Amino acid sequence: MIELNYPFSKEAVRRLKVGDMVLITGKLFTGRDAVHKYLHEGNKSPVDLKNQIIYHCGPVVMKDKKGHYTVTAAGPTTSIREEPYQWEVIRDHGIVGVIGKGGMGQKTLDACKEYGCVYFHAVGGAAQVLAERITNVNGVYLEELGSPEAIWDLSVDKFPVVVTMDSHGNSLHKDVEAQSKENLKAYL
Amino acid sequence: MVKKTKKKVVKKPVKKKLSPDLQAVETLVELIRVTSTIIPNDVDRAIRKAQGEEVENTTASYAMNIMCDNIELAKNKSQPLCQDTGTVIFYIYHPPGFHQTPFIKLIHKAVIASTKKGYLRQNSVNSLTGENEGTNVGAGHPSIHFVEHASKTLEVKLMLKGGGCENVSAQYTLPDTTLSAGRDLDGARKVILDAVMKAQGKGCGPGVLGVCIGGDRADSSAHAKKQLFRKMGERSKIKELAAMEKEIVETCNKLGIGPMGFGGKTTIMECLIDHRNRVPASFIVSISYMCWAFRRQGAVIDTKTFALKKWLY
Repeated sequence: MIELNYPFSKEAVRRLKVGDMVLITGKLFTGRDAVHKYLHEGNKSPVDLKNQIIYHCGPVVMKDKKGHYTVTAAGPTTSIREEPYQWEVIRDHGIVGVIGKGGMGQKTLDACKEYGCVYFHAVGGAAQVLAERITNVNGVYLEELGSPEAIWDLSVDKFPVVVTMDSHGNSLHKDVEAQSKENLKAYL
Repeated sequence: MVKKTKKKVVKKPVKKKLSPDLQAVETLVELIRVTSTIIPNDVDRAIRKAQGEEVENTTASYAMNIMCDNIELAKNKSQPLCQDTGTVIFYIYHPPGFHQTPFIKLIHKAVIASTKKGYLRQNSVNSLTGENEGTNVGAGHPSIHFVEHASKTLEVKLMLKGGGCENVSAQYTLPDTTLSAGRDLDGARKVILDAVMKAQGKGCGPGVLGVCIGGDRADSSAHAKKQLFRKMGERSKIKELAAMEKEIVETCNKLGIGPMGFGGKTTIMECLIDHRNRVPASFIVSISYMCWAFRRQGAVIDTKTFALKKWLY
């Protein structure tokens, strides 16, 4: 188990490779479909994303009477929908990590290599295990996009992920897909 | 003598009797809570089996362990298993003479209350404006289906189907030349395998398949999804389909896709197939993919008081 601690850097993520099980401590920003579309359309990000990690997640967030937020469920959403935009966000905003599920495509893999970024896979559906590792909600941006689509600024402690695409051009998703395709031939 | 011991009076806490409408909402909220936070027993058994089959210290085994921890945590904290609490799909089996319209209103109330309590995420978005009213009630949502049955009971079944697994659900028309899939059961088998290949990683496996062979596009999709209300291990009564269900699971688990597409032993936990008649010109096969966080439950409800009588899964 490798620990990755805040502040994050390109150098630190360059050391990670496919298959590494990582515990992230520090900070994450959620950002999914609407946020990626928003940034792609040239809008300025309401937060500085340089050296930050984006989490493809639409959490369940409860607000108490004092206006305090708590995340009660927060698993990853399917990342491939951000494939048209992700490379651009990596290039223009300087993010060093993307957390999601299902992996991403060649464009993102190339951007990870070129700009120094890693794709971390969180276990889909594990909303409670992952929400337990969120220690605080520091803020929310673009809430007008709807709660699941907003940017939530979250503190995390030992957030468990697996590196499935590294900054050296390797992708577990590519490998598993090629192997399963080969295996399938025997049954067609 | 024996009879006497049976008569022992246990003092139950006195509970205020609710009006049928309030009771219905309370029962439906409880159905939603249980569905969202507790994995059904039959699915739980299949997940534990899959957990046991992965090789220790692999990413696949790591993923399965996290899933099992998640099941425990969600149950203990009474919070959603998955943050995507999905399309809220009700099937209501009712006796003749049951009034559907007032019941729809009660379901809406229960869905709004469950969203406030956090059993459901604010998950219903206007497709035209992108607006999320935060209530989970809007055009076509929740999805409510009524079925009249001969029995005197009222059974409400609920499925919460997340977007990840819904997006990888698929529909094919046979023949499919790219897959060399002809207009027969073997052709159906091939397109089902193709759907599983394409779902890898994205659909939160190990998954469960509901399949419908035949029907028109709309009915075929709905009927495929309805198969997911069958219990795990409930084989089709049709010999050929029962054999195909087993074969699909065996084949899928030889592909090496594994939990979350990490590579590993269990890709699919179950396959449930049924069929519908078709017109000569079309041969549609629909596959409804369900993720491991398989949320479905059902309740037998008293037709007069709307009190919860029994869980179905």
